[in-house]
Amino acid sequence: MSTLERDVLSRSELDALVREREAELAELKARLSEWIEAYDATPKREASFTTISGRELKPLYTALDRAESDDVAAVGLPGFYPFTRGPYPTMYRTRLWTMRQFAGFATAEETNERYKYLLDQGQTGLSVAFDFPTLMGYDSDHPRSLGEVGVCGVAISSLADMERLFEGIPLDQVSVSMTINGPAIILFCFYVAAAEKQGISPVVLRGTVQNDILKEYQAQHAWVFPPEPALRCIVDMLEWCSTHTPKYNPISISGYHIREAGATSVQELAFTLRNGFEYVERAIARGLDVDDFAPQLSFFFDVHSDFFEEIAKLRAARRIWARTIREKYGAKDPKSWRLRTHAQTAGVSLTAQQAENNIVRVAYQAMAAALGGAQSLHTNSMDETLALPTEKSVRIALRTQQILAFESGVTNTIDPLAGSYFLESLTDALEREAEAIFEEVDALGGVVPGIHQGWFQQQIASSAMQQQRDIESGRRVVVGVNEFTEGSGAIHIDTLKIDPAVEQRQVDAMARMRASRDDKVVTRTLTDLTDACRTDENVVPRILDCARAYCTLYEIRHAMETVFGAYKEPVSF
Amino acid sequence: MTDPQRRIRVLVAKPGLDGHDRGAKVIASSFRDAGFEVIYTGLHQTPEMIVSAAIQEDVDVVAMSVLSGAHMTLFPRVKELLDEAGADHVLVTGGGIIPESDMAALESRGIGRLFGPGTRTTEAIAYVKDWIAHQGTH
Repeated sequence: MSTLERDVLSRSELDALVREREAELAELKARLSEWIEAYDATPKREASFTTISGRELKPLYTALDRAESDDVAAVGLPGFYPFTRGPYPTMYRTRLWTMRQFAGFATAEETNERYKYLLDQGQTGLSVAFDFPTLMGYDSDHPRSLGEVGVCGVAISSLADMERLFEGIPLDQVSVSMTINGPAIILFCFYVAAAEKQGISPVVLRGTVQNDILKEYQAQHAWVFPPEPALRCIVDMLEWCSTHTPKYNPISISGYHIREAGATSVQELAFTLRNGFEYVERAIARGLDVDDFAPQLSFFFDVHSDFFEEIAKLRAARRIWARTIREKYGAKDPKSWRLRTHAQTAGVSLTAQQAENNIVRVAYQAMAAALGGAQSLHTNSMDETLALPTEKSVRIALRTQQILAFESGVTNTIDPLAGSYFLESLTDALEREAEAIFEEVDALGGVVPGIHQGWFQQQIASSAMQQQRDIESGRRVVVGVNEFTEGSGAIHIDTLKIDPAVEQRQVDAMARMRASRDDKVVTRTLTDLTDACRTDENVVPRILDCARAYCTLYEIRHAMETVFGAYKEPVSF
Repeated sequence: MTDPQRRIRVLVAKPGLDGHDRGAKVIASSFRDAGFEVIYTGLHQTPEMIVSAAIQEDVDVVAMSVLSGAHMTLFPRVKELLDEAGADHVLVTGGGIIPESDMAALESRGIGRLFGPGTRTTEAIAYVKDWIAHQGTH
């Protein structure tokens, strides 16, 4: 008999096992009382034994913490419901996580060079960082873009820029992730049109567009349209992509920005999953079958400094998602149940003081991502609190992942921390607390009313304030910031500078592009798009026509805004 | 000309297209806790919008948070517009992801102190109080 198999037990054998187990726990209880005496009699360090999210932890977890739990069902096996142990049966034994460094700066040409460099260095996927004008739907030559073109990411104002961004990079060979939300549907169409120009059919495209507007209103704040029309555009994408780009993730439901804005670990978990359920409900309301689009939903979590709490968060996320998608939304395809996630180390945990220490922070966080079973990972560069990263610091960040993957041994065994009394207890606790937050959101009337009331925004801001107080009071130690400081904390590392001439070059390129296109086609496709926005028609094909005609980002945004209006935030602090 | 009984009035502003408001909200709350009158603009403000709010609210200080890298454009523009509006007595200060060399360059152009990541809120509060107390002697 294989060691993996086991015969069904008889009734008497089962009773004997139960008695044996009860006797073991009784003995543990007796021994534990001795340990408690010893623990209480010994002085403890002056420290708060809590996670950085403020969670109180016990000094010790034992089998007694798991006595009431059904770990066979709740923990399960990797690749099987409820996926606590990972979305795939073989995990990193088949494929390591995708090493995907987020990059973009200046013009499409300069970013294209950085991509080719990263691919040469062994990176396995691309991730586009756009500049603020692009993120907000403004062209490089729009007055509101002044001073911001190409500064914080790459400027992409039309199909022409997108073509240059991927010149010499065959889009059927590499998976590309694009971090764009407010105008995501427009940038996605630029991408599909750029692939067409390379002679590549959308059917083979692999990659992800972030396209998670709910967390923009809650945390990241790069919005364009108000929630209702924005959600309509997302459902249009889910519908269109389910048949036209089946290998592409049309949304990456993101907790990263919620966490970075100040949320605790459990707030990140709960808000993100609840946003995910909102998209599912909207798509079902449209008449889509949950199994037609749910397998294409992907996630993106932050991996912060508290090692075990972050691992538990990823495991809890998979279990909650699987159960809810199956039981509440009736999905039957196991591919719909399994949560796949990108992870990124916590930018907000990095310090400007003694910036080299950030390499160490990132390495621990990256290990938590691997132990939590992430499918792809971005490791932050040590200099990100000072400027965009230099080539050298990005290389170190990538090497950190390679050392983790090839030297540490954590990839050999799937979900190696499962069964840890502590980790399983923490996973359960996060799950229970997330469920309580779902109820609070329901009591507000759902996600969109919660956004209009500023509830999410206030919850996040209040957690951020608490964390600041913890650091200033010394309750939480941040090495180099409030302890182990060195003099003035002066910074002596090289940083990347964006040449102010980039803006002018991009503005000139746009003028040439505008002069060379067919204005009649531009006007016609934009008018058709505005008309489509007034109806229930899926707008993706209309935006694709605009993209092919070299309509600019802002022209397309404007054509939609005429019908949809613009979002105004409820301001508070 | 400043009424000693008057509470310090601060406009906390987020100029440009950058949506990172964690720092702005933390500093706005900390200023309020320190007894300042705080007005927060919300996100995505143009320099013109910020200066108009500063004049309308008759503030002593404009504190801007910039994490987008556009600080070399935004800080001088706000200072210039304030000066044009006859409000050259208003302190323009702030913080964000700003390299030290840029901080020095901006200070030489009439901008107040700028604070980087990891700054204690108490340090920024003390700076503003000190600046107000010595206003006119600078």
